[in-house]
Formats: sequence, structure tokens, C-alpha cells
Amino acid sequence: MAVVTPAAPAATEEDKELLISGSEAVAEALTLADLDVVTAYPIRPYDTVMQAIAKKISGGQLVAEYIVAEGEHSQFEIVKHASTVGARVFCGSSGVGWMYAMECLVVTPPLRVPMVALVGNRALDDPGAFGVEHNDALVVRDVGWMLCWIDTSQEALDTTLIAYRVAEDRRVFLPLAISADGAFLTHSQALTMVPPKSKVDRFLPRYDRGDLLLHPDNPITVAPQANEDWVIEIRRQNYEAMARAVTVIDEAYADFRRVFGRGPENPWFEEYMADDADVILVGMGTISLPIKVAIRELRAKGKKVGLVRLRWFRPFPTERLVAALSRAKAVGVIDRDYSFGSPFGSGVVANEIRAALYNAERRPPLLSFICGLGGREVTLEDVYKATDLCYAAATSGKSDPKTHWLGVRE
Amino acid sequence: MAETTTFGNATQILEPFRGVKRVTIEEYFTSGHRTCQGCESALVMKLMVKASGPRTIVLGSTGCMYVANTTYYTTPWVVPWMHTQLGSSGSAALGTAAGLKALMRKGKMKSEPINVIAFCGDGGGADMGLGAISATLTHKEYNSLILLYDNESYANTDIQLSGMTPYGANTTFSPPGKVKRLIHTRWKKNMAGLMAAGHPECRYVATVCASYAVEMMNKVRRALTIGGPTFIHSLDPCPKGWDYDPMLSHELGELAIETGIFPLYEVEDGQVKYYGKTKAIVEGRARKPVREYLLKQGRFAHFVEEDLDYFQAKVDEMWEKWEIPAVVPFRRLDATRAALSAK
Repeated sequence: MAVVTPAAPAATEEDKELLISGSEAVAEALTLADLDVVTAYPIRPYDTVMQAIAKKISGGQLVAEYIVAEGEHSQFEIVKHASTVGARVFCGSSGVGWMYAMECLVVTPPLRVPMVALVGNRALDDPGAFGVEHNDALVVRDVGWMLCWIDTSQEALDTTLIAYRVAEDRRVFLPLAISADGAFLTHSQALTMVPPKSKVDRFLPRYDRGDLLLHPDNPITVAPQANEDWVIEIRRQNYEAMARAVTVIDEAYADFRRVFGRGPENPWFEEYMADDADVILVGMGTISLPIKVAIRELRAKGKKVGLVRLRWFRPFPTERLVAALSRAKAVGVIDRDYSFGSPFGSGVVANEIRAALYNAERRPPLLSFICGLGGREVTLEDVYKATDLCYAAATSGKSDPKTHWLGVRE
Repeated sequence: MAETTTFGNATQILEPFRGVKRVTIEEYFTSGHRTCQGCESALVMKLMVKASGPRTIVLGSTGCMYVANTTYYTTPWVVPWMHTQLGSSGSAALGTAAGLKALMRKGKMKSEPINVIAFCGDGGGADMGLGAISATLTHKEYNSLILLYDNESYANTDIQLSGMTPYGANTTFSPPGKVKRLIHTRWKKNMAGLMAAGHPECRYVATVCASYAVEMMNKVRRALTIGGPTFIHSLDPCPKGWDYDPMLSHELGELAIETGIFPLYEVEDGQVKYYGKTKAIVEGRARKPVREYLLKQGRFAHFVEEDLDYFQAKVDEMWEKWEIPAVVPFRRLDATRAALSAK
């Protein structure tokens, strides 16, 4: 059997272009970030990232402890503890797997563990479905996880590097989950620019646990029983850390652009033809593709429609989003999630934006849509229907709080 | 990036203490805990880290030894200590050991053997955390010790029965009543035997009781020295959960051994070795009747003769019918062996 010796990395500052999936792009970033400990457990669709990392390790590009856990609960606990002794860690899951880890997800933010995880968004059971829904990642929206949604393989790679930079910043020290739509992004290949390690080293410092390091040289007691004496102060510290993350994210993207020569000026959301739009549609993740195609068709017919694709959900870019949306004549939020029994029965994103707009001086009518659940394709017809309803609201100037389900058999 | 598959399994060589006078004086678990009078588990914690020494990280899963033992501003731990979730002692040990190993082999941390000990109660270990402990005992490339302190109930939450509560015991989830005298009729899980039999690459499993403190510490030292993932099961009398005078903790530990209910043994590289008074039983000393142990505890106060007889018969079975007495409950294969050799 031939012994394969990995080629020495070329001493070049040039990016190389690879045709890779979103999951593979994350694995490229983890290799560049010199990951220390990773835990895997199989569930579709996120697990393609773990397959890709395993190849990086067996191929010699990455030296890391690769542990196959016996369930997601252990999967997240193992890396949580590895992080407390100073290791850079990665984990991930999908759908009910993420739920199985829930106890371990909620303890990570108050422990100030800067874990980075990939959620390959997947519908929750029952019944079984592999397709995308955003409810899995969204369940941790209240407990101190930073949450962002990505759209392309390039964004997967770039955001993974940014994620470590933000999470491991001492001002933040919070876990961060990157959401990638199951199948549409985790499994779809696209040309992706992979930077050289030299550039990454200029952007991403070593993880320094500092005075929180669990080590015999620093004999601290972590998470003793605190009760009513101190818990509210600890919650407040988490609150402050999440607030500080806003600045750190802005800084990280600016620095990313400086080092890598690419990346968005606005970290928080992508605006597509939104500047002059009468109707702005809002969504997260790969739903941008059918919306962008529809917008081009609608623009050709003279309809000024735009898209705001939200990247960051936690921390939520309240002021910037309000500024971007309040200039429209109507806003339509398309949720790929549900929140049964919520105000107006709307999805999670729609109600967050309603809350964000409450204090705005100018509040455009806001329409709420639920679409594409269980991985169902979001069609141009769905987008046209949403746009029509938004135009009607723009004309009347009235918000109909009803939630519209698109592309569903009635 | 050069590496070998054998990297980083070095351990601290901790020679056994030769007698109580040779035990080190330093304490790594001191004042500040709030456990009950007579709490044997707090003593187990103290002896455990006394045995391991200062270059140790301890992970504690939820239970008495977390909630009552480790309070903000009054931590008793001199060594670094961290909480882990109820079912996570296995994962905590594995993750900590893996983190240290990764950093040391990549030159990001000074290389030295650091003891990693994760403890769990009987509920956290034998009930909820069984899967994670089992997984960790298969990861032979990471050095860690999981110590189960077994006080035979969820004692911190008001004495509810666990999979390790003895047959018939009165707990708040199994209160004896006029219609049903015995609510809890499951026989206690054979945890150490299960761990030893089920994990052929785990090099060391032992049972201990702090009534025999020096031997208990020496088992901890052996586990940490031998390396890989190891497991120790400690039986800890609990005045609150077992309902007895706190001054009797030590005696009840002894009686558990002398009645044969709890055997003391270690399994090193597959070899079973009985020790202490259990060894004497194996070598022919009579076991004390279980009633001497049971009737000293309020949790068995509702027992009638029939219950005592049942309990005695089950313990007799452990010693007379099990393939490896009091360790592995498979029935003896003497007849099969005889038949095979007759061929």
C-alpha cells in the first residue's frame, strides 16, 4: 500500500479555489484554525462536516483529538470540558440530535465556553424528515448562544474563522452556532476560495482561556452551587457579554476584510436590491436563492422588491435592521420555522422583527409568512404570492397580523 | 506535526501508602463543604484527592457532592474542580483528558501527566450516566478515573430510589404502606462487575469502602498509575438516606463487607483479586447474616422475616451460584466444563 505523504503547504499568500460543499468548507476552516478537539455523532445532514474532518485528520492535514461520542449529550459535554482546559473545540448536530444535547447546550454559555458548533438545520421529529427547518438551532435563542445563518460555501468557511475570533474574544467567551440549511448548503458544492494558513494566523489568535483555565497551576472551582446568592449576577454577566459581542463582531468582520480582502461590510445582514425597494422580503439561509431569482423577475416587471437576508440572529441587529426595514412600504418576513401559539401565530423571525420595529418612528406594515418547512422547496410562486400580499399591504398601509402559510396543501 | 499513536499516555507513578503512618499529610479537600454529619461520601472525596495529589483536576457531576459539597465562596477544593451535568461524569473525564492531551502533544501546553478524576453518585453514574461512563471506558488512549460514590439513593433531592438502592428500602419514592409493604423490588445493579466485564480494554476496576481508608486510597493510586480509563465503585453509608445514627457510618461500611453484600475486589487486566475482609470470606470465613446490617438502618425497619430471608438468599446466591463469586452473576459452568472434559 502506498504511503501518502501530505504535500508541504506552499509558501504562498494565494488563496486556492476548491469545489466543495458547505460542510467541507467548514472543515477547511477548522483545519486552518488548528482545531484541538472535535466530537462526532452521526445524524444527517450536519455529519458530513465530521466526515470531512475525519479525512483531514487521517490525511495528516490536521492534528486533533477526534472522539466519536455515544450520543449528542456526551458529544457536547466532551468538548465543553476540553475547552475549559484550553483546547479549541468544535461540535455540531442537526434536528433532534441538537435537542438530545439540550442540557449541555444550556450550560455552555454561563460557563463562558467559546465552543463553535455547526447546526445542519433539520426538521424536528416526528414524523422523520431530513429537510431543513430552523427550529432546531432557534431553541437556544434565549440562553446565551450566538446564532448566525450562512448561505454559501464561501460564507461557511469565512464565518467559521470569524466564529472562533468572536467566541474566543475575552470580552465575549460565549458559544456560537453556525446554521447551515440541511442539504441545500451542507451537501451542495460551490467554488470556494480557501486562504493560506499564514493569512488565517494573522486573523485568528490562539485561544487563551486566561484566568478561567482549569489546570493544576490555576486551581479554581468552576460552577459551584450558587443559588439565589449569585445566579442573577451571573445571568447579567452573560447579558453583558452578548451585548459586547456586537462590537466584537463588527471588529472581526472589518479585520477579516483587511486580511482576506473579501467579506461583507455589513456583518449582520445581506441587502439585495433593498436600497430603493418598496417591498422588502426577509429570510435566513438558502431561502435567498429563490427570493433573489424572483426579485430579478419582479424588477424586470417594474416592481421594486428587495431582500434582507439576516445573517446574525443572536445578537440580533436591532437598530441596523430597523433602519434598513423602516424605509420600505411593506416588509414580508418568510420564516422557515414555526412557533405554535405565538403572537399572531407567526414564526420566530417575524415576531422578533415586529418587536424590533415597535419603537421605530416609522413602522411599515409587516406580513408574516411560513414556508419551506420540512425541506420543501420554496418556489418562485411562493415568493410572488408573498410579494403580492406585501404590495396590497403597502397600498392600504395596514398590517394584517395574520400569518400566511405558503406552498402548503390546505 | 510528527506524532505517534503512543503519545501522551504517561501517568503519575503513585506508589501505594504502606500503612496509615505513611499517608501524606497534605489535604486537597478541606473546610467549606456543607455535608451532613456522618457523611461518608465527603470522606471519600477527601481521601480520593489525598491519594491523587495536587497535580489533579476533579470533575464533579450533580449530586450531594456538588450541591451540598461545593458552594460558591466556600469551595472545599484545593485542586482545580469543575461541575459537570448529572449524567456526564464519563464525558467530563474524557473531554478534560482529551483537551489536555491535544494541547500537550501539539506543544500548546507544558507536557506532564495530570490526573483527571470525575466523580458521580449512584444516580448520576449507574442510572443516567451509565452510557457516557461506558463510552469513556472504551477510550483507552485517554487517562482518567471515574469514581462512583454510591450512597444508594438520590440523597441530595430527598432520598429517592436509584438503580443502586437495595431491594425493599424505604425511600421517598418507595414508601412502605398498609397495602404494599415493599414498593421497590428491583435488585441492585452490579455496577463494578458490569464495568469490568463490559469493557475489556479498561485496565482497572475496583470496589472500595472508606471504612478501610488506606486501602481505598491505594486503589485510587493504582487506578491513576495504571492509566487509560479506570473505574472505582465506593460504597458510602449515608445517615440521612439510610436512617441511622451518624456515628455508625464506619461500622455500617464494615458490616456491608462482612455480610458479603458489598464485596471488595479489584480487576486489573482481567484478573479478579479480592482484598480485605472479602478475601477472608473467599478463603472461608463465614459471612455475617445480612440482618445484622439491615436492621441497623431505618430504611429497612418495615422488613418482616420473609424480606430478610429473601435478601439473605439473594446474597447467598452471589457467593454460591455466580461464576465469579460476588463479581460476575453468570451461573457457574461446572457442569458444562465437566461435560466438555468428559468428551
